[in-house]
Amino acid sequence: MNAIKFLFAAYIATWVIHGVYLGSLVRRFGRLRRELKEVGKGK
Amino acid sequence: MKRLFPILSGLTAILLAYALYLALVVAPTDAQQGEVYRIIYYHVPSAWTAFLLFFINFIASIQYLVSKKASTQAAAKWVVLGIGVVGAVACLLPQVQTLLPAGMRPSAVATTVLLIPLFYFLIGWLFPGDRLDVLAVTTAEVGVVFCTIVLVTGPIWARPVWGIWWAPGDIRLTSTLVLWLIYVSYLVLRRFSNSAQTQMLAAALAVFGALDVPLVYFSIWFFRTQHPQPVIGGGGSMDPRMLHVLLISWMAFLCFAFLVCWSRFRLELLHREVEDAHALESLAGEGVAAKTSLPLNRSPR
Repeated sequence: MNAIKFLFAAYIATWVIHGVYLGSLVRRFGRLRRELKEVGKGK
Repeated sequence: MKRLFPILSGLTAILLAYALYLALVVAPTDAQQGEVYRIIYYHVPSAWTAFLLFFINFIASIQYLVSKKASTQAAAKWVVLGIGVVGAVACLLPQVQTLLPAGMRPSAVATTVLLIPLFYFLIGWLFPGDRLDVLAVTTAEVGVVFCTIVLVTGPIWARPVWGIWWAPGDIRLTSTLVLWLIYVSYLVLRRFSNSAQTQMLAAALAVFGALDVPLVYFSIWFFRTQHPQPVIGGGGSMDPRMLHVLLISWMAFLCFAFLVCWSRFRLELLHREVEDAHALESLAGEGVAAKTSLPLNRSPR
């Protein structure tokens, strides 16, 4: 039963890492799109 | 093209859910380790995916380095072709086969060697010019994410099986950590260096960094380690039902990695577009400043 905790910990850790990375991609996309719009306005 | 990404994302989500179901429900329980061995279905596919991404990064970096000079590019093509042909033929010779470590299949080595020219020409054809550098940074970053998962799930698996989180001095574990550190330093270099030579320096670092990948993989044969033998192309053995689930899980993670790389690739292109726009803006600003300052600089007639 104790080993099951390690199994779920590993699976959860995997998806937390992927989730954090995907979140960072979405955040960077948003920032760059805003920046591009601002540069476009300045022209 | 815009519709393709959501469709592939949906299919990948289904495949990942199916792989999870197979890993947790369908795959048989291991006689020695019990249920905790199921970590293999995330740990090993993540490692294979990271290796593949670092391999693509290596090929893209070489292509980028040699693309600056036509004669070097032509020579590199012949060298890569030679490595593929000579390497594959050599693996068929009995004299060479005796040199391979016990359990390592010559066909697996030959296939791996043949992948070098195949990937080299495919990547060069699909990603011309500066896109090679975009591909290199993309695969390095996504590779680091998968390598992080290997380094996190490994100790979680080791604790109940070996009784320790980390085996200090173990070559497999240490070389994987070094691999991760090399690619993190590659990303740090790219993030914080503004030099015109950054892309070339990063490509050179990636070529040397990739040399650690064979060390990680072959360390099991050449050094004493607590890590078990590889399940494919090596001396390890696995129940066919477990192997089936492992391969499906890897396929699911490969599809997922492809989509993540696609997004990261687009992000890098957008980043470069923004940088170009800023450069144009500052050039235009300088142009205006030059025009307005011109009369002031003129000498009075």
